[in-house]
Amino acid sequence: MLKRLIVLMTALVLAAPVWAQSGPLRITITDGVIEPLPFAVPSFEAENGEAVQVAADLTRLVAQDLAGTGLFREVPSSAFISTQSSFAQPVAYADWKAINTQALITGAVTVSGNQLVVKFRLYDVFSGAEMGGGLQFAGTVDGWRRMGHKVADAVYGRITGEGGYFDSRVVFVAESGPKDNRAKRLAVMDYDGANLKYLTDSGAIVLAPRFSPSGDRVLYTSFESGFPRINILDVASVGRRQLTTAEGEMAFSPRFSNDGSQVIYSLANGGNTDIYRSDLNSGASSRLTEAPSIETAPSFSPDGSQIVFESDRSGSQQLYIMSAGGGEPRRISFGEGRYGTPVWSPRGDLVAFTKQNAGRFHIGVMRTDGSEERLLTTSFLDEGPTWSPNGRVLMFMRETQGAGGTSSLWSVDISGRNLKAVPVSGGASDPSWGPLQP
Amino acid sequence: MGSTPTVTTRYFQAGAFHVNVPAKEQNMGTPKMNMLTKAALIGLVLTTAACTRPDRFGGANDGAADGAGAFDPNAAANANLGGANDPKSPLYFNQTIGDRVLFAVDTSTLTEQGKQILVGQAGWLQSNPEYLAIIEGHADEVGTREYNIGLGFRRANAVREFLVSQGVPSTRLRVTSYGKERPIEICSDETCYSKNRRAVTVISIASLS
Repeated sequence: MLKRLIVLMTALVLAAPVWAQSGPLRITITDGVIEPLPFAVPSFEAENGEAVQVAADLTRLVAQDLAGTGLFREVPSSAFISTQSSFAQPVAYADWKAINTQALITGAVTVSGNQLVVKFRLYDVFSGAEMGGGLQFAGTVDGWRRMGHKVADAVYGRITGEGGYFDSRVVFVAESGPKDNRAKRLAVMDYDGANLKYLTDSGAIVLAPRFSPSGDRVLYTSFESGFPRINILDVASVGRRQLTTAEGEMAFSPRFSNDGSQVIYSLANGGNTDIYRSDLNSGASSRLTEAPSIETAPSFSPDGSQIVFESDRSGSQQLYIMSAGGGEPRRISFGEGRYGTPVWSPRGDLVAFTKQNAGRFHIGVMRTDGSEERLLTTSFLDEGPTWSPNGRVLMFMRETQGAGGTSSLWSVDISGRNLKAVPVSGGASDPSWGPLQP
Repeated sequence: MGSTPTVTTRYFQAGAFHVNVPAKEQNMGTPKMNMLTKAALIGLVLTTAACTRPDRFGGANDGAADGAGAFDPNAAANANLGGANDPKSPLYFNQTIGDRVLFAVDTSTLTEQGKQILVGQAGWLQSNPEYLAIIEGHADEVGTREYNIGLGFRRANAVREFLVSQGVPSTRLRVTSYGKERPIEICSDETCYSKNRRAVTVISIASLS
């Protein structure tokens, strides 16, 4: 069993397997294709009348989160032998085994006024035992989706041994209007497209928002002045200010350091673009690259010691890694075509990027030494990957071809499986995936 | 507005909900999203714009709604542009001299045709010293967003350097780049791309005096 798990780990290119504790629940692989693990989630018990609707909705959300990963498959309720109508009721394991359910999730929901309490348990059917203890979440009714995501994150974590990514948000650019007069505004939503809220109006072009590591602030590029400038926005208050840069210099492509105290970005002076680093508290800044070429799209390693970025110093866009203090970079991309928008994975082992080759765009990943490059997607224009909090999934922008072309958000597993659109109404681009919420 | 969804977590022992002692309890944080009212948001934007907009050459252009908008050659007749037959008018500059030069794929090298246009631009700017100019660099959609901004700067700067070499004081010129954000042609083939890979010299009516 452990061997099988290791095979799976290899298939998914995960660096630090910690699945040994996951017990007999397993996901089998055939010819590199993962057989999703079958789970059942009978509708959570509504412990009072007010809870009926929320219990039903929340149960569906848990199922959607898990099935949406591609790692799990829901056993439909039409196949159920046991009803499991009460949370306290003992589990009839034989009934779940008979329909080949491996994981069973049961839950109960109570609503009193604006207060919502959700309890759940996870059972390993074939071992005939509960997996982990019961868990309870309490909050307000309007936060029911967060609680559903938390249940799903807990189930995902117990079975895979990794952190989940469902209770997280994405900041992005909401787009509307034709290509030659496109309106753009910052927006934030849950990872699954729910709870969309706008953070700016569409009075000026805004680009490439980046969440801070804790999700409290957003860096982005604004053309409010007619020149690209970096703004920093407080998500809670929607208050914003411009990052100070020298007169006559134009800044874009910002990203936070992993402790949220510093910003790395590109600064254009005349026709030259280089990478700089500024301390958000002191305002002190330093120049990290000095080359006549375009150096942009910098991203810190998780430990903060290195920066991956793109440069066309070789004659075309390629990926480079340098020390966080600057200095001589080493090139890591050597395949055909052009490489841009590198983003270091949360695990530290991979760099995700946009690749242009032979008239097509791809989202791909490579190891930080440039080896094991794998292209995960292809289309007329795929661009700008961002990592899920657990480093398992990439979200990116896909733009369709032609005069009526529009942008939308997509996600794909780093194995290349489970490519799917993120449901957002209207155009959307430049996603930045925030942290798992506390 | 909506109240803030807050979640608290409690672990409990199997089968013993009513006597559980929380092994871990934490405030789940407050993902506040107190959206400003529309009016407040607009107010904030206007305030910020007033504070941060570069003075677009002296502030005589304070009424401009958005960057080069007031001088956008694509905008319908704008009184500020003057008459097309008046050689001293920005409209004459845009239409007769030519306000833009085009570039080959992923280059910022001026073509011979482009240089001819820029010689005309330089002459016009020297004959009309009361005007300043912002040179806007643009790219086609085939490229990543950040790189295209850098590429647009290169193109705008190539134009700036040429105009300076022709005797236009550099203090009268500024460059910016919109990358691939402002295409003028929207099809996805070379007939459109070739027109989008451009640097546009936008004349400002702000007076130097």
